[in-house]
Formats: sequence, structure tokens, C-alpha cells
Amino acid sequence: MTHTKLIGERAISVNDEGYLTDYAQWDAQVAETLAKEINIELTPKHWAVLKFLQEQYKNEVALNIRRIGSSGVVDIKEFYQLFPQGPLKTSTKIAGIPKPASCI
Amino acid sequence: MKRLLILGAGTAGTMMANHLSHELKNKDWEITIVDEQIKHYYQPGYLFLPFDIYEPKDIVKYIEEFIPKGVKLIKSKIDIIHPKENRVTLSGGEQLPYDILIIATGASIAPEEISGMKDKEWQRSVFDFYTFEGALALRNKLRKWEGGKLVVHITEMPIKCPVAPLEFAFLADSYFKSKNMRDLVEITYVTPLSGAFTKPKATKALDHLLEEKNIHLETDFAIEHINNENKTIVDYSGREISFDLLVTVPTNKGDELIARSGMGDELNYIPTHKATLQSKNYDNVFVLGDASDIPASKAGSVAHFAAEILTENILRFMKGESLKAEFDGHANCFIETGNGKALLIDFNYTHEPEEGSFPFPGIGPLSLLKETRINHMGKLAFRWIYWNMLLKGTHIPFVSGSMQE
Ligand SMILES: Cc1cc2nc3c(=O)[nH]c(=O)nc-3n(C[C@H](O)[C@H](O)[C@H](O)COP(=O)(O)OP(=O)(O)OC[C@H]3O[C@@H](n4cnc5c(N)ncnc54)[C@H](O)[C@@H]3O)c2cc1C
Repeated sequence: MTHTKLIGERAISVNDEGYLTDYAQWDAQVAETLAKEINIELTPKHWAVLKFLQEQYKNEVALNIRRIGSSGVVDIKEFYQLFPQGPLKTSTKIAGIPKPASCI
Repeated sequence: MKRLLILGAGTAGTMMANHLSHELKNKDWEITIVDEQIKHYYQPGYLFLPFDIYEPKDIVKYIEEFIPKGVKLIKSKIDIIHPKENRVTLSGGEQLPYDILIIATGASIAPEEISGMKDKEWQRSVFDFYTFEGALALRNKLRKWEGGKLVVHITEMPIKCPVAPLEFAFLADSYFKSKNMRDLVEITYVTPLSGAFTKPKATKALDHLLEEKNIHLETDFAIEHINNENKTIVDYSGREISFDLLVTVPTNKGDELIARSGMGDELNYIPTHKATLQSKNYDNVFVLGDASDIPASKAGSVAHFAAEILTENILRFMKGESLKAEFDGHANCFIETGNGKALLIDFNYTHEPEEGSFPFPGIGPLSLLKETRINHMGKLAFRWIYWNMLLKGTHIPFVSGSMQE
């Protein structure tokens, strides 16, 4: 099921869990709105992580905590401080990319 | 003579040696397989060893018994692969040139990845059951353990046979019941995932079973370290869970050989095309089993399905034909649920486990996603099938490489 969500005046589509269904609809305003909903104020460090996640997504690299920890962008501890509740789940949502399938 | 070299004589390498020696009889290919071990361990048996269901002799045989005549078996540690030069160096310095290489060096545990894991409580109150030694040490511990907090834990994904830790928790429940001490044991299942398993439909069934068996579930737990003084596991957000007995599945990694050869990702898994099983970086290198990075379960059943397709692809590659891209990630696994019952799940890259039935040779149709006694028989029969059919590359009737849809 997809749902429509308003970002300012603009409608975007999200799935049942609130993840964007069309990455092309993502922009900085989307990120800020989604972050605010979970009480995160985006800092430059957050943006660096989001950019890294999006690059990985574009290159079809599967994401996991370890890969983010070894990215050189943040270490795992910082990643948890930036996105406290389930960092991988929340950061990918804010980045507008699919929730990582946690392997098999 | 052209040379085909197989690295690793575990589940996957042995299957390929059998398939290929059968296909290449009297042809111009010389097949060599290398492993540092002399024994072949039936790893699914590690689940049963701690509970005194299997004995060591049920799960250990000699590699030699399963390597066909006509295939040269070398016992040696492999030092390094030089993929650009088409040769492999053994630890004694011997050089093995190849025309085609199959890497089947598997994956193993790396407890040193987590601080405090392989520390003073290791094999005292912190155990693994993913190695023969670990499973055996745990058996000895359980035989005299008087109860307390048992924590069954997964460090990070991916791991071999991702359902094994859940099965361990289920079997622990029935083990303590049969010892009349279930009331003395509190069982907690701790996972980095958001539910009991990775596939949503199966997770629903399994979450329910956990509840029924009074096993507490702690999800989204990314371990940072083990505190050996207080006996707690601590995650990156500061969450702490205390234990009297911790049974953990440490980080799983491909062999260091892959890192030494510069061929792996950050967990030493080799980038591999998921449909053809050809390495992404070298055309004459193929990867089968746990050593690859394909998004399928790291399981013997997956290697079995993939081996049939890889055999075909290698024969095509030898003839200069294009590869057939058809491995769909087919996995099927029994999930031992305790009290003599088991579930069976069947899935692939794109399809989730469904309810229904699965034709199982010698036993008949088994129920998918339902807890039954006959599924448990299937799980136990798997050991026989493994030693007598799977390793030898015998085609198992009704069970095809691709999932039935
Ligand atoms: C507890 C547990 C339960 C499991 N349960 C199931 C189950 O129910 N069903 C199922 O299908 N699968 C199960 N599995 C998974 C299954 O055992 C593996 O997926 C399978 O064995 C993988 O085969 P492989 O050939 O890739 O690796 P392995 O069988 O591990 O073989 C790798 C071989 O390579 C050799 N090797 C590695 N590096 C070197 C080197 N540098 N030099 C020389 N030799 C080297 C090793 O000695 C080893 O013999 C389970 C695994 C575990 C741990």
C-alpha cells in the first residue's frame, strides 16, 4: 500500500512504514520534515551520513551498520548518537531510500 | 591438460569435485582440490551436539571419503590467490596454476571483532556453537549448569544458517523441560534484527512460537561490547542485558585468505554475480557456498541448489559459451522448534516463505511454515541425505535448483 504524504504544499508517496516509494521525490525539505517527525534536527554530520547512504543506494550496495561504521563518515557510536532509535532504519527513511533488507 | 582448481573441501567444494569429475570423465581437465583440514564436519549437527542429541561421531568424517577418484586432494593451508596471474600459493610455497578457479573456502566465526567476547569468560560463561570445539564445550557446560539467565544472541548479520540461533533457543526450552528445570531458566533471545527472523511472514510464525515457549525477545540490539565483570552485553545505545550463560553467534567472516588476496569486501566475502556465480572481477573465478556475497542464505541447501547451476555454467565456460544466469537464491531449511517438532521454510531471492507443502524425498510432503513431527524427521534425515547424497552431488529427486512457484 502506498500513501500520500504532504511535505509543505507538495504530495509525496510513502509505503506503510513511511519510506518513500519514489526516490526522485526526495529533496532536502523532505529530509527535514521526516527528521523533525522523530525529533531530529539535521546537522552537517547528519547530511554527510544521508549523502553516503544515497550513494550506496545508487550503486546498489547493500547497507548494514558495519558498512556505515567503516565508511569513514561516522563510526558506529556516532551513528547511534545521530539517529538514536534504530539508526539504520531511521537514517534510510530520512534519506528517502528503501529500508535495508536485513540480509537473509 | 587444463587445470581446474577448487579451494576448500567443505560442503560446496566437495559437491563441485563430485559434479565436475562426473561431467569431465576422460576429458582434458585435471581437477585438484585443496583443504587444510583432514576432517569434514557436518555443521548443522553443531546445533544438536550441545543438547546431547548427536554425538561427535555422528557429525565428523574424513574429507578423503567424499572426494572422488580422479580428483587430486592436497592437504595444505592456502596462503594467497593471485587472480591476475591465475595461480594460487600454498602456505609451504608450492604454486598451483589454474585455468579455472572455484573458491569454496566458506565462512567462520570471528569473536575477536567484539571487545570482551573472546575474553576471560570465553568458554566459561560465554560460548559459541558455530564451531565443533564451541559446541562441545557448551555441551559440557550445559550438562552441569544449574540454571539462571540464558541469553541466546546474534552479533551481526549475515550469519550462516540464520535460523540456527532461534532453533538453539527452542531446543534449549525443551532440553530444560526434559531435565525438569525449565522454571530455573530464563531464556532471552537477542537479535540485531527487528524481529525473530529476516523474512516478515516467517517472522510472524516464529515470534508466536517464542511467546508460546516463554522466550523473551529483544530486538534491534547492536552489540558494542561484553562486560566480563558484570556479565552483561551492552549495545551502542547503552542498552544492557545481563546473563549467567551467554550463547552468542559471533560475527561471521570469510577466510583471511580472501583478505590477503585482496578479493573480498569488509567481511571477506567475494563479490559474485548472484545468478551465474561468476566472480564480479575475474571471469575464470567462480564462487560457491558461504564464501560469496550473494544475497542468499549461507546454507548447505543453498550451496546444493547453486552447485547444479554452477556445474552447468562451468561446462559452458569451458566451451567458450555464454553463462546461463539462473540461480534464484533458492533456500530451504528446517527450523527445529523443540519437543520433537520442526518447521520447514522454502524461499528465494524474491519469494518469501509461504505456507503449503514441500515434496521431500523419502519422507513425503512436508508442511511449510507449520510445526510438525514429520518435519522434525525431515531435519534428522537431512544428516543422512547430507552424507550420502548432497556431498556426492547426487540429484535429489523432486528437489530442483529453482524454487517451485
Ligand atoms: C550451527 C550451524 C547450523 C547449520 N545448519 C544448517 C542447516 O540446517 N541446513 C543447511 O543447509 N545449512 C546449515 N548450516 C550451514 C552450512 O553448514 C554451510 O552453509 C555450509 O557448510 C557451507 O559450505 P562451504 O563449502 O561454503 O563452507 P565449509 O563447509 O565451511 O567449507 C570451507 C572449507 O574451506 C577450508 N578452508 C578455508 N580457508 C582455507 C585456507 N586458507 N586454506 C585451506 N583450507 C581452507 C576449510 O577448512 C573448510 O573445509 C549450518 C551451519 C552452522 C554453523
